[in-house]
Amino acid sequence: MSLNGTACIVGAYEHPTRKADDLSVVRLHADVAKGALEDAGLSKNDIDGYFCAGDAPGLGTTTMAEYLGLKLRHVDSTECGGSAPILHVAHAAAAIAAGRCNVALITLAGRPRAQMAAAQAAAKDGKGGRAPLALKPPDPDAPELAFELPYGPATQNLYALVAKRHMYEFGTTSEQLAWIKVAASHHAQHNPLAMLRDVVTVQDVVNSPMVSDPLHRLDCCVMSDGGGALIVARPEIARELSRKNGRPLVMVRGTGEAPKHGMGGQIDLTYSAAAFSGPRAFAEAGVTPADIQYASLYDSFTITVLMQLEDLGFCKKGEGGKFVMDGNLISGVGKLPFNTDGGGLCNNHPANRGGVTKVIEAVRQLRGEAHPAVQVPNCTWALASGIGGALASRHTAGTLIMERL
Amino acid sequence: MRKISAPRVLPESLPFWQAADEGRYLVKKCNSCGQVHHYPRDICPFCLSADTVWQESHGTGVVYSFSTMGKDEAAYTMAYVTLDEGVTVMSNLVDCDPAQVRIGQKVRVVFTPTEGGHAVPMFTPV
Repeated sequence: MSLNGTACIVGAYEHPTRKADDLSVVRLHADVAKGALEDAGLSKNDIDGYFCAGDAPGLGTTTMAEYLGLKLRHVDSTECGGSAPILHVAHAAAAIAAGRCNVALITLAGRPRAQMAAAQAAAKDGKGGRAPLALKPPDPDAPELAFELPYGPATQNLYALVAKRHMYEFGTTSEQLAWIKVAASHHAQHNPLAMLRDVVTVQDVVNSPMVSDPLHRLDCCVMSDGGGALIVARPEIARELSRKNGRPLVMVRGTGEAPKHGMGGQIDLTYSAAAFSGPRAFAEAGVTPADIQYASLYDSFTITVLMQLEDLGFCKKGEGGKFVMDGNLISGVGKLPFNTDGGGLCNNHPANRGGVTKVIEAVRQLRGEAHPAVQVPNCTWALASGIGGALASRHTAGTLIMERL
Repeated sequence: MRKISAPRVLPESLPFWQAADEGRYLVKKCNSCGQVHHYPRDICPFCLSADTVWQESHGTGVVYSFSTMGKDEAAYTMAYVTLDEGVTVMSNLVDCDPAQVRIGQKVRVVFTPTEGGHAVPMFTPV
């Protein structure tokens, strides 16, 4: 069954904090839930479906339903790292179409930055402590663990392996990757909440310290606390809300999801799972990449963006480097404005997971509520894409295409 | 030198690690479809046959991709190495200057001791 036209995004809210020293993970989830409800003009009792991933505390949907006092008839704890909220929107649309719920709440939140600061302070006091992870700690039952953990896989070097191979295969350069950060910084300068608001140059990026070659510090996203929430509703409910608040409808048009993994050792780092999820979403929406006026692309690293641009079909495989040059991703300058909130590269990356903020900024663009300096004129079609997990080992991509009505 | 954590071994991959302790690199081959796979499983990921057998690798291959992280003493080089048997495996490149390493370069396996566990296969330029 097609999900095209089965649900609308009626609420979106991004937590303003970037360092939550005194806010618990559950409180952050609750804050964004309240914010999204207020944004939608709905109340707690309207929610009958709840979606969250591994960043939620305790038993996830159960713990959150208890904390918020929700009466639910549909729950979904699909966990695939940072892309989870993008899949949750699709799963909410499917649940609504199947009559399982009418109004679905999706939350993502966390405080890795505050946890890191606390761990570092504890280490200084000799009490130990360790860096927080995006995903759960390594599971001893995971069959790949023995064949990976001894080699020191970190998020940075797993993405660097992909960047290094892309450079080898296609002649992509560090300067080209740097343009992605440059574009994000041009957008972030207009976002008062962004962690990095200074406009940077290509030289700034390639001269920043090497983290895991060929990725420099400025090729990496920020580490931040916070979160975000979305409310997905049946179109009849969305139309009623739209009549009241005068906002346009944000209709779900195309969805796709796909995992990519080690393939039994047939490793090919030249493409991501977005090569599978993207075509499915475009086919369902009945549009092509040329129709997309704004794209939220998962930006854990600059290379992540480049891979999605190619795999979603915004340019040919291997031509991402050329595509991003000369400000082609900058709103008002280039052909494909991306991450106009500054993205994970400059704004925030709450809970080490960038999926929810990708959808939130796409909703702002479609509603015409982005910052005027970065608002895409008459934005009708937008896309949000996520990569959860690690590009070089195993990850799940989610693609979501939305239309303003 | 970076401390190498001992691999947490599942029963189905125990022969791999016992062989590693003897300086041999094993891959798993499926008798049903003929494909070699990695990481090793009882069940073939290509055809789901349980008729899989261990096969000794030549222990040679080429660098598929690599990246060095960390500074000075703490620096280590993560890599994917494509073995002559056709599978690409995660590993470290050791006993070499990463600045001189190239993708496509020939490498051979070496076995690095771990803290109280099985030896771990790594690769070094030929």
